[in-house]
Amino acid sequence: MNLITITTFLPLAGAVVLVFLSSLASRETDKESLDNRYRWVALIFTTATFVVSLGVIANFDRSFAGPGPQLAQKVPWIGSLGANYYVGVDGVSVWLALLTTFLMPISVLASWGVTKRVREYMIFMLILETGMIGVFVAWDLLLFYLFFEITLIPMYFLIGVWGGERRIYAAIKFFIYTVVGSLLMLVAIIAVYFYNAKAAGGVYSFDIVEITKNLSSNPGLIPENVKLWLWMAFALAFFIKVPLFPFHTWLPDAHVEAPTAGSIILAGVLLKMGTYGLMRFNLPFFPDISQKAAPYVMALAVVGIIYGALVAMVQPDMKKLVAYSSVSHLGFVVLGIFAFTEQAMQGALFQMLAHGVSTGALFLCVGIVYERRHTRLISEYGGIATPMPQYSTMFVIIALSSLGLPLLNGFIGEFLILLGAFTSPVPHARLFAVLGATGVILSAVYLLWMLQRVIFGEITKKENAELKDMNAREKLALVPLIAMAVLMGVGPMLFLRESEKSVNQVRQIVTGPDEKSVGSVR
Amino acid sequence: MLKIIVFAPLVGAIINGLFGKRFLKLFGQKTTERLVGFIACASVGVSAALAFTAFFGRLWPLRRGERIITEHFFTWLKVGSFQADFAYLLDPLSGIYILFITGVGLLIHIYATGYMHGDPGYYRFFCYFNLFMFMMLTLVLADNLLLLFVGWEGVGLCSYLLIGYYIKWDVAGSAAKKAFIVNRIGDFGFMIATFLVFTTFGTISFVTKNINGHEVSSFLSQATSLPVAVGALTTIALLFFVGATGKSAQIPLFTWLPDAMAGPTPVSALIHAATMVTAGVYLVARCSPVFVKAPTAMAVVAVIGAATAIFAATIGIAQNDIKKVLAYSTVSQLGYMFLACGVGAFTAGIFHVMTHAFFKALLFLGSGSVIHGMSNEQDMRRMGGLRKYMPITFSTMFVGWLAISGVPLLSGFFSKDEILWRAWSTEALPQNWGKALWVVGAITAVITAIYMTRLMVMTFWGSERFTEAHNDHHAGHAGGGHGDDHGHHGSPHESGWLMTVPLVILAMLSLVGGYVGVPAALGGSNHFEEFLEPAVAKLKPAPAVDAGAATTDLVAQVEPHGAVPSAETHAAPAEASHEGGHDVGTERMFTLISSVLALLGIGFGLRFFSRNPLWRAPKLLEDKYRVDELYNATIVSPLENLSRDGLWKIVDVKIIDGIVNGVARLFAALAGALRYTQTGFARNYAAVILVGAIIVIGYFIVSFFGIRISI
Repeated sequence: MNLITITTFLPLAGAVVLVFLSSLASRETDKESLDNRYRWVALIFTTATFVVSLGVIANFDRSFAGPGPQLAQKVPWIGSLGANYYVGVDGVSVWLALLTTFLMPISVLASWGVTKRVREYMIFMLILETGMIGVFVAWDLLLFYLFFEITLIPMYFLIGVWGGERRIYAAIKFFIYTVVGSLLMLVAIIAVYFYNAKAAGGVYSFDIVEITKNLSSNPGLIPENVKLWLWMAFALAFFIKVPLFPFHTWLPDAHVEAPTAGSIILAGVLLKMGTYGLMRFNLPFFPDISQKAAPYVMALAVVGIIYGALVAMVQPDMKKLVAYSSVSHLGFVVLGIFAFTEQAMQGALFQMLAHGVSTGALFLCVGIVYERRHTRLISEYGGIATPMPQYSTMFVIIALSSLGLPLLNGFIGEFLILLGAFTSPVPHARLFAVLGATGVILSAVYLLWMLQRVIFGEITKKENAELKDMNAREKLALVPLIAMAVLMGVGPMLFLRESEKSVNQVRQIVTGPDEKSVGSVR
Repeated sequence: MLKIIVFAPLVGAIINGLFGKRFLKLFGQKTTERLVGFIACASVGVSAALAFTAFFGRLWPLRRGERIITEHFFTWLKVGSFQADFAYLLDPLSGIYILFITGVGLLIHIYATGYMHGDPGYYRFFCYFNLFMFMMLTLVLADNLLLLFVGWEGVGLCSYLLIGYYIKWDVAGSAAKKAFIVNRIGDFGFMIATFLVFTTFGTISFVTKNINGHEVSSFLSQATSLPVAVGALTTIALLFFVGATGKSAQIPLFTWLPDAMAGPTPVSALIHAATMVTAGVYLVARCSPVFVKAPTAMAVVAVIGAATAIFAATIGIAQNDIKKVLAYSTVSQLGYMFLACGVGAFTAGIFHVMTHAFFKALLFLGSGSVIHGMSNEQDMRRMGGLRKYMPITFSTMFVGWLAISGVPLLSGFFSKDEILWRAWSTEALPQNWGKALWVVGAITAVITAIYMTRLMVMTFWGSERFTEAHNDHHAGHAGGGHGDDHGHHGSPHESGWLMTVPLVILAMLSLVGGYVGVPAALGGSNHFEEFLEPAVAKLKPAPAVDAGAATTDLVAQVEPHGAVPSAETHAAPAEASHEGGHDVGTERMFTLISSVLALLGIGFGLRFFSRNPLWRAPKLLEDKYRVDELYNATIVSPLENLSRDGLWKIVDVKIIDGIVNGVARLFAALAGALRYTQTGFARNYAAVILVGAIIVIGYFIVSFFGIRISI
């Protein structure tokens, strides 16, 4: 069996087990022990998936020349359409898949307190994981789309059923926003499919490697104006997912209403599907359009960085604050992708991972106090370092990693992105880099201000005086994230080396092969 | 060896950070204090011992101009042609820094074991304190800009943690946050400067590196030897200086440092006087080859330095909190250091950094001893006559007072005198600028003597005002959670030996520390300058022949480390003691002038403040020129209001969401009929997707063939 396939469908197998478990266990009356069984099944399957995915990175060959995936499996799927079940990983997708498998057991741990319909909840979580991994490992356009859409439904229910007060509004908003985007993308996919067949002499295929090759090497294949529309259709789907300003307003609502694990997954993985899509499709499929659009996209990204940070600064609700900070941080990623330099694009990938870890951890931190006090309002807290010292220490470390302190994960990505943007050939890129760098100041403002009001100072509300510090389960969820934040900050090359080749392949489709530098003859 | 110097304190920090609390549970407060204090001091002691060994045993014996020791640890970040290593560089500049950082650092660590006695967060304090040492040593030993930046931000973090050390105290929290954010503004400049260095020179390293198989010489030697556009160099230099104004509290980013006094006093001594705040001077000196090629930037540095010096000194005269006086004094003295750099006298600037580390650490620790002995009283209006209660504190601070005031033959005298003389005689600036800056510097010197005299008089002489009723505004500035242990109001008392011994050592250093740099004009040989000079750029462009030599030398020097510009390598040592003989007379005259100025200030201060110890300064000075209020009104509040009422509540909620909801409502109306034909969300939406997709696909296929036909 293919390692990638196992990684992808092991969670789904877990979901199936949960479905049957209920009928087997129906004799048992105790709801609590049943629920615990469901939780453990989910935890075991997500952990097992993570372990298997470690095998993927262990077998990953960073010298693999490509283009296309390694550890791949290709089986005919819908023969009449030329669609295959085609999965594999390259240097970009392997890390995003690993990010997913890493965050899922943590999300399950973070959901231990869910008591409403635990079985269904865990089933949705597991389906969601399969969908997310699938998005990153699919090398067939139709398969990709299928996974992309599959993630939507469990997420919709996680928000809509297990969410907060305005969950229905948030869920529908999330759904409509993303469905609009993905339907446009579907149209574009079909168009690309037909154009590709034209270039390939009538052979119909959804093979992403083939399509990339045909589209990028035949710039005249698609009429210029159509190409622009197709680019925009893909881009809009991904911009909404990212979300890039001004398509971001679904995010704060979705985050605020989602249960903790939903927020972790949403920020940690789902948003990355957007930036991943830009890197995987927009750039390689339409290099010329991407180049033309780059200054505009970079401008939007910079607006997002600053706007997100400023709005985050004034949020009274912790989850909203973190949500807007995501808008800001993901702005960096988009800035990096469209700068087309090695530093910027590697930085963008790194920032995707870093953001997944630190924002996931931030949501987890918010969730921990929410479970105790059932409020997310900053003004309801204050001085909780006294009753919860361990929690406060970890919260501070995570906030520091999010605000880009060197030797923690956030710094590497932001620095590389800004450096790469500064040296980028895109018009005005240097200006964008300088403006984007102000985001580094602002992130310190909103995060430290939040810490000050939540963690430090005298205890202002007597409810907070007796708060319990983290229990073992919460520590088990948070400590790996902190360890990862440190590891990524101290040893970024562990990650960047693996992705170097694939990122450069994408970049060179856009910018053309690198000129040999003058002195290299020596 | 360099690795161990840097990492030893980190080991201490990790042990105390992870296990400090367990120690406390296992052994109780008293034993924990001993254990934690020992671990913290020992780890710094290891650093200090190795630093002295490395300096005197390995660096010193090397030939002048070749004093460079490098050590590679691991490659931290390498993407494309960008490379940043964890690698260390020991040269005269970083050598001097590590000596006083570890030396003074160790003394302050020992002091702090006494000062923090009884504090329940003892282990936390020393964890942060050790972490600070690690970051500071990383900063000065880094062999490239990015690793320097790691230390740069790292010391900022420790500063944040230690200013806010009394976590329950709101004032401390705000001060900590402010320090970090203001520093971040400076770091913004640093980052952009780093980008520009990389794009201009292709490397951010201070030494020659092999990057992707090419020997790339350091950007510093490239700046010296290659023709680089002045515009680029000026921009780089100015951006670095923006970083320096943040870290070293210069106009306009100085406002955080006085607030930083909310931290425990050893923190003020170590971080906010002796070491971290001088990092900006270090950066400028380290990048001096860039600065000397950018005259505009030099002028800016000099003017800002001088302006900050006098500006802060005038505020210092009006403060009543003993630590606030010292804080503004530090800002002012840092201004001197930048003045020195700006006029091209980098060695003089670093010299002052060192002497200042001695006497300012001494003064802060002395003030800490006073505060400690006074049960956390910091207001000098409620002190007075303390000299008989605290003889050691008094006599050591007495030395510090004379040293900072520039009384002849003490350390501060030599370094300050050197700066003033160099300002007067500078050739870096347009004519008469130097003389104008000298005037500012000289006035500042008088004011310095006055406010320091005021501090001494109010604290140690005169009537014992602490006996008077002071229940009015008692809470004052005393640290929040601090000092429950010695919180009872007895009479003032002298501190224990853990605190007084460091005071005595620092007093001795303040007495004699200046003799390493006695200028030639005063009969010395200025070892300091001679030693340091090869590591910083020289201002005057070398004569044509020399320049040629420099270039060839550079090519030849592309060995393991082509560190610092090498023009000086060939300069005869004798020539190093700058300037021709004809200036000696003038220089001596100026020395005389500055001695007189110092004594004048002290004399006036003694006379005036002995009579009016409670003299009230003009309101504007007491209010610190209301700079904080200005920043709040023009930047902070508008930004907050814009964000809340403009961006969030209007753009986000009204405009963007308004459009989205409008569209959604439209669709909802259209779909209203459809809705009732389905039950349950899942099927409902699955159907929407399906129907929509079919329609869109169908439409597209049709139009696709349309396009095909049109082709």
